[in-house]
Amino acid sequence: MLIVGENINTSRRRIAEAVEKQDAEFIIQIAKNQTDAGADFIDVNAGTFVGRETEYLSWLVKTVQDAVDLPLCLDSPSPKALSEAIKHHRGEPMINSISLEKDRFQGLLPVITSQPCKVVALCMAQTSMPTTADERVTVAAELIEKLTSAGVAFEDIYIDPLVQPISVDVNMGNAVLEAIQRIMETFPGIHTICGLSNISYGLPLRKLVNRNFLALAMARGLSAAILDPTDKRLMATLLSTRMILGKDDYCGDFIDAYQNGIINKD
Amino acid sequence: MSYQTLLDAVIKGDIKAATEETLKAVEAGEKAQDILDQGLIEAMNIVGDKFSKGAIFVPQMLRSAKTMQECVEALKSHFQENAMTTKGKIVIGTVKGDLHDIGKNLVRMMLEGAGFSIIDLGVDVAPEIFVDKIKEAKADVLGMSALLSTTMPSMSLTIKALADSGLRDDVKVIIGGAPVTRKFAEDIGADSYAPDAGSAVFEAKKLLNIT
Repeated sequence: MLIVGENINTSRRRIAEAVEKQDAEFIIQIAKNQTDAGADFIDVNAGTFVGRETEYLSWLVKTVQDAVDLPLCLDSPSPKALSEAIKHHRGEPMINSISLEKDRFQGLLPVITSQPCKVVALCMAQTSMPTTADERVTVAAELIEKLTSAGVAFEDIYIDPLVQPISVDVNMGNAVLEAIQRIMETFPGIHTICGLSNISYGLPLRKLVNRNFLALAMARGLSAAILDPTDKRLMATLLSTRMILGKDDYCGDFIDAYQNGIINKD
Repeated sequence: MSYQTLLDAVIKGDIKAATEETLKAVEAGEKAQDILDQGLIEAMNIVGDKFSKGAIFVPQMLRSAKTMQECVEALKSHFQENAMTTKGKIVIGTVKGDLHDIGKNLVRMMLEGAGFSIIDLGVDVAPEIFVDKIKEAKADVLGMSALLSTTMPSMSLTIKALADSGLRDDVKVIIGGAPVTRKFAEDIGADSYAPDAGSAVFEAKKLLNIT
């Protein structure tokens, strides 16, 4: 299971303050915490700074990679911010994200085809959000086709099935879970990825809802997740679910994590 | 007549009980406008207040709003032609380049619940579309939503388009959406900002000097 650490996001007040003050030390600490907790990629997102996103995103890339030896997940809807930030990135980044929205697709395609990178492909069509599993699978198929035709490697594609809040429509959980399963079955070898927090928007006990959603998504074949790896309860859910799904020889990772105090509460 | 049973049914989100109570009130001789104001809109005031305080959550708010709308439907035939008064006309939409509509839809429902008449232009709405509709409908308020920070500049462009069309003084502008802030609203010359659907109602009433 690939883990993208989500904490460096300027929608969090302390991160936004650190970015504005150029407090590199604070950002580096957040990056290191996530690295130690097992992240494979560190997500960086400066999207709340209208007009300064490009500058701040690039600063985040340089700052984090000065201290941490992981690839980054460059998180922005702006082709401009992404194409600038990627210039500063050492190694192969993950680009988060492309979709079928015309400007976004056209604007990002040159960026993702001109250097090796993983790409998150969000199941958003040209003019609307998907509401059913069918719509998601259709958009996923089109994204895979268009991206591979343009030269993106199949195994570099991470389909994001677009998680929507349960609080608004109780079918949203099944819609995305079914979509994950069908995408994994229809396109063997493809990757799927999602964040967890959308599912619980508008509800109490959000962390509980998020981690149960993670377990269910993993059971349907989700291959990667954007989450907070420093959240011990969440990581406990991830490790135990992985184990229950038969992916942890001799339950080794789970027991190791327990014995090392990385997970300790049930 | 006490509307307590009707209020409770709407707040609880019990469509069957609420529509029954609504029709009972009609049969008892209550005026449709009174039932609307004191039984339905008042219920949604309470719901909006509870939501803003965190006492209830999005699903309950949605359920109450749907219940209220069913009751309004049941009442419609009991109003004389065009006799249902609304608190004002509001045009809302998600700005150009942005397809997110969940928040906007919640705001629409709560504004309807508060007794406003809403024209919802949907998503990906260009400035000129907003302007044309505001002109045509003689709207009192424009509400704009954005979830992507990259689309927020369109809010500014829309306000400018209103000014260019000479409509700016005739309509109050309120904005919202996850990346939107009060400061951004001030910077672009919007009249107000609301962080959620409950506050949107509060702000809309404030802008139009309504209680």
